[in-house]
Amino acid sequence: MERIKAMLRSFGLPRLIIAGFLLLLFIIAPFVGIRVGASITDTLARFGMNSLMVLAMVPMIHSGCGLNFGLPLGIISGLLGATLSIETGVTGPLSFLLAILYSTPFAIILGWGYGKLLNRVKGSEMMIATYVGFSSVAFMSIMWLILPYSSPTMVWGYSGNGLRTTISTDGFYSHVLKDFLQINIGTISISLGEILFFAIFAFIIWAFLHTKTGTAMTAVGSNPVFARASGINVDKQRTLSVVMSTWLGAVGILCYQQGYGFIQLYQGPMYMAMPAVSAILIGGATVNKASITNVIIGTILYQGIVTMTPSVMNNLIHTDMSEVLRIIVSNGMILYALTRKSGASR
Amino acid sequence: MKQFNWKEFAINNIVPIIFIVLCIACLPIAGYSGKYLVSQIITRIMRNSFLVLSLLIPIMAGMGLNFGMTLGAMAGQIGIIFITTWNVVGIPGLLLAAIIATPIAVLLGWFCGKMLNMARGREMITSYMISFFMNGVYQLVVLYAMGPVIPIHSDKVILPRGYGVRNTIDLINVRQSVDSFIQINIAGISIPVLTIILIALLCLVIVWFRKTKLGQDMRAVGQDLEVAREAGIKVERTRILAIVISTVFAAYGMILYLSNMGTLNTYNSHSQIGMFSIAALLVGGASVSKASIKNVFLGIVLFHLMFILTPQAGKNLMGQAQIGEYFRVFVSYGVITLALVLYEIRTRREKAESAKQLAQLQREGAKA
Amino acid sequence: MQNVSKEYNGNPVLKDVNFKLGQGEVLGLVGENGAGKSTLMNILFGMDVIQQTGGYGGKVLIDGKEAKFASPLDALKAGIGMVHQEFSLLPGFTAAENILLNREPENKSVLSLVFGPRANTIDRKTLQKQAIEAITKLGVSLDPDMLVSEMPVGHKQFTEISREISKSAIRLLVLDEPTAVLSEKEAEMLLKAIKNLSAQGVSVIFITHRLQEILDVCDKVIVMRDGRIINELEAEKTSIQEMARLMVGREVGTGRIENRESRPLSDKVVLSVENLWVDMPGETVRNVNLEVHQGEFLGIGGLAGQGKIGIPNGIMGLYPAGGTVKLNGQPIPLNNPRTCLSSSLAFVSEDRRGVGLLLDESLEWNVAFPAMQIQDKFLKKYLGGAIKWRDQKAIEEVTQKYIDQLQIKCTSSKQKAKELSGGNQQKICLAKSFALEPKLLFVSEPTRGIDIGAKALVLKALREYNREYGVTIVMISSELEELRQCCDRIAIVTDGAISGILPATTPSEDFGILMVGKTKKEAK
Repeated sequence: MERIKAMLRSFGLPRLIIAGFLLLLFIIAPFVGIRVGASITDTLARFGMNSLMVLAMVPMIHSGCGLNFGLPLGIISGLLGATLSIETGVTGPLSFLLAILYSTPFAIILGWGYGKLLNRVKGSEMMIATYVGFSSVAFMSIMWLILPYSSPTMVWGYSGNGLRTTISTDGFYSHVLKDFLQINIGTISISLGEILFFAIFAFIIWAFLHTKTGTAMTAVGSNPVFARASGINVDKQRTLSVVMSTWLGAVGILCYQQGYGFIQLYQGPMYMAMPAVSAILIGGATVNKASITNVIIGTILYQGIVTMTPSVMNNLIHTDMSEVLRIIVSNGMILYALTRKSGASR
Repeated sequence: MKQFNWKEFAINNIVPIIFIVLCIACLPIAGYSGKYLVSQIITRIMRNSFLVLSLLIPIMAGMGLNFGMTLGAMAGQIGIIFITTWNVVGIPGLLLAAIIATPIAVLLGWFCGKMLNMARGREMITSYMISFFMNGVYQLVVLYAMGPVIPIHSDKVILPRGYGVRNTIDLINVRQSVDSFIQINIAGISIPVLTIILIALLCLVIVWFRKTKLGQDMRAVGQDLEVAREAGIKVERTRILAIVISTVFAAYGMILYLSNMGTLNTYNSHSQIGMFSIAALLVGGASVSKASIKNVFLGIVLFHLMFILTPQAGKNLMGQAQIGEYFRVFVSYGVITLALVLYEIRTRREKAESAKQLAQLQREGAKA
Repeated sequence: MQNVSKEYNGNPVLKDVNFKLGQGEVLGLVGENGAGKSTLMNILFGMDVIQQTGGYGGKVLIDGKEAKFASPLDALKAGIGMVHQEFSLLPGFTAAENILLNREPENKSVLSLVFGPRANTIDRKTLQKQAIEAITKLGVSLDPDMLVSEMPVGHKQFTEISREISKSAIRLLVLDEPTAVLSEKEAEMLLKAIKNLSAQGVSVIFITHRLQEILDVCDKVIVMRDGRIINELEAEKTSIQEMARLMVGREVGTGRIENRESRPLSDKVVLSVENLWVDMPGETVRNVNLEVHQGEFLGIGGLAGQGKIGIPNGIMGLYPAGGTVKLNGQPIPLNNPRTCLSSSLAFVSEDRRGVGLLLDESLEWNVAFPAMQIQDKFLKKYLGGAIKWRDQKAIEEVTQKYIDQLQIKCTSSKQKAKELSGGNQQKICLAKSFALEPKLLFVSEPTRGIDIGAKALVLKALREYNREYGVTIVMISSELEELRQCCDRIAIVTDGAISGILPATTPSEDFGILMVGKTKKEAK
């Protein structure tokens, strides 16, 4: 009994409620005429699209930089890569690789600068990260208007300059991963391509955390003074983690775009950090501890709720409260993590 | 010390200086007439100062910028929704709205204060997340509960589907009712006397508040929590009170703001107002730990001047008003970022400075 | 006070303490760190710690009546004020505001009827007047309008004391090492102020390490050691030497281990330190010159706050430092932990939980981490060294080795460091630096806060390490006896400098005199 209690405590009450809620939704679903197969397909598809952005939280949490509210910076690098790739006119899967390639230098440069900035504001990283994200999105909004793009798929038709708010990836890399190795079991269809893609990156991060440098990074997050006394350059490790997070964010948004089929510019990336942050927290991470398992569980739970609530709610009470519920659940989760005593050490 | 140090002055006031330069640069490009600008600025001061003033008290109590002021704005909006439904007009309507909003604001402020006590050391990000979280709750109430659960059945307010509040509500009943109550005209610019009196009153309240025992306690708590606790000050309670007072003032501020605007954007007004108020305060030269009434008014003038000028300047310069629009969004976020970063760097530098002095002293001592 | 005794977790820290204090008397209280001075004062002041750890025995009598204080507030009511070592002041408030913090005089206003008493405005004039009264009573010059942040240290101290005095009915004032942070001139002013107060009928208990001051102001002196009052002396009839001897001297037969051979000292100097200064708050090092010889076990002792702890922290780059440090004749750069570690220095910090351990990680990580990072141990290399993979097996082995060797009590090498007891945590810290296989090891306060059994084990391990592996060890400790048990030579630090180095076999009394800075006083 005691052990069960201890296990429950370590699992955390909010997580339990969310998992229970999701389970309830799946139980109700068939009775209100929703095909469970389709729902699972949907959840998995969303998992494939979003999981990399959730993974982008991990390095920064490990190095003690807190939750990466500055994810929009990584997204912007991804957007730059995406638009540059389309601008070259290369089509098909190659354009996806090209987009990743182009976004890499931006992610490294932006991440490096962002990391340097965060090193100077230790202790209030999260607040500043939030606003760094917002201001960079606003800044890029201006840039999208004045950068000299010319590909007709991207610029406004009538004026001939300035990028559109949404750009279709059709003909470029739309569904490159989604349609790769898709298997169908009954009504459920699973895109192995997306999952494989995530698995590769998850493996890289997992492997990295087992190397000498990865170990140092975790130590920096766990106790920076200890790390310094052991001869670790704390600032360097933190900067490295921020660069990694930013780059993962860039690849994450590209992965999202290929599944979604569109590139969203301007204010699109503004609030994209929140779902990723709350997903990893739902998965059991805290402000300074996170693992790959947290990412996987969190993304499935979070995306499960996002897919299931609207359909179940709609069929049940003919009202779509899902958006509002999503806001309450995801922000409530972040709030819970911030106000927890154990997490308050930093 | 006594000698005026230009460099230090510039570093300490970098944010207002950037804004002054920006506004001066935009002024000729936008090409507005002086009279138009003055009347616009006066309107904006009337509209916003109450809201921005509400931020001062939590700063005094060392809790940083109260991003949770959005909660007060929500309370104010709920008050406004009710009086529009009940068709109460004019100043009595606004008073009634304030009466409805007060208990809601107190409750929300108390909740927010409790939360912030649990997240000591990261009040700002937490109050920011609270505003997001409560936004969800607010939507739940306004979009779904109003109608079936909370009896509101006015066609002007409720969506045609029978529940939930419309996206925008026309506040014809209370539009400008405070501003036009006593209005005088000076050189073609109308000046709302009652609003000015109200704002002046709030300024006086804040000045008076600083002199009270509670105000003194808040300053003490803001400087050093532990020392204040040792001296027997009820730290937690004082902090909660600071947030409650701020939230209530924000609710009143929101009611004044909406009456001036004349329309309510049910789902946007409050979150926008939070960001703009904080940005304005920072533009006025306030920091996370220090803010004065002077900062409030300077900030509103500079921030809104920029707000009026940039779209027009952008249009005249680039041929696109859109650029100016994005530019001002960028500036609002950018100024908050800059102010936060500068504050952190400055406190750090002060710490390093004292260590350096100590080292210097010791070095001299060692030589001697 | 009568028969006051106190136990912490079964360890007696105070035994049968008796003393009397008359009105207007100044009582000096001296003793080594851990002699029980602070505990005694905490009992007198009704601090929460005392209640939480099971109260105390004996009685405290005030005016012949027994007083039991449940909280510092009760003590305050009875007219007892205490000034602690750390300042409890608000930097942005003026002296006057700080003196009357949370006791500000108020103007009654109508609004307070509505909003409660906290809406009363503060009566600045009266506040000013009351503050000046307190300052005058103390008899020092202090500007009531000066901000605390702009004050010299001495004025901060005066503000603290004025605050206690301004409390109504103050009869007994406890000053805990008030002069430690003051300059000589400021200290003189303070001593004068103490005399002033006693002339006005306020009794003072004055705790200090500067024995000269005791002679200057006190009527009586109480010397404490090991939780007992060793002697009560008339200040006029005693001397610094007598007090110092009483402070450190142990009776023959208690804790004396003399079964140690006196070893010849190697001529080779491994580490030489010249003009070292370290900016470590509370443990400032001003000017240290020191030579450590090959293979020796050097002890560094001294009273708390004198700077002994700052020495290793400065050399190892944890706090800003300056001066010259040479290892085998080669200068090593300061303020850079990495180079120190690479040149085979290692450090066991006194701050176990803050600096020494990764509390949230496994024992394996804690033991292997520095060696892995500095010396590339416990790593498997792939692709010609491009990938350095953690070698889990090697890490487990080394951790297990030290768990056995140092008898660390734990469930497994995977247990989290925070779950261990203090003594076992300390052993992990030792294991961590042993894994580095250093040539020179700094150990700072290795036995602080751990039980006797663990203490003996830790010291034994250190001695073996020194004797059998020939590793030079520099141990910093507040407990002189401990140093005398283990070390070859002992250096004593006073006022941020070495006041003398003596062989460990020298009688304790001589060290005691060095500790209280006698040599320095004589030199002047």
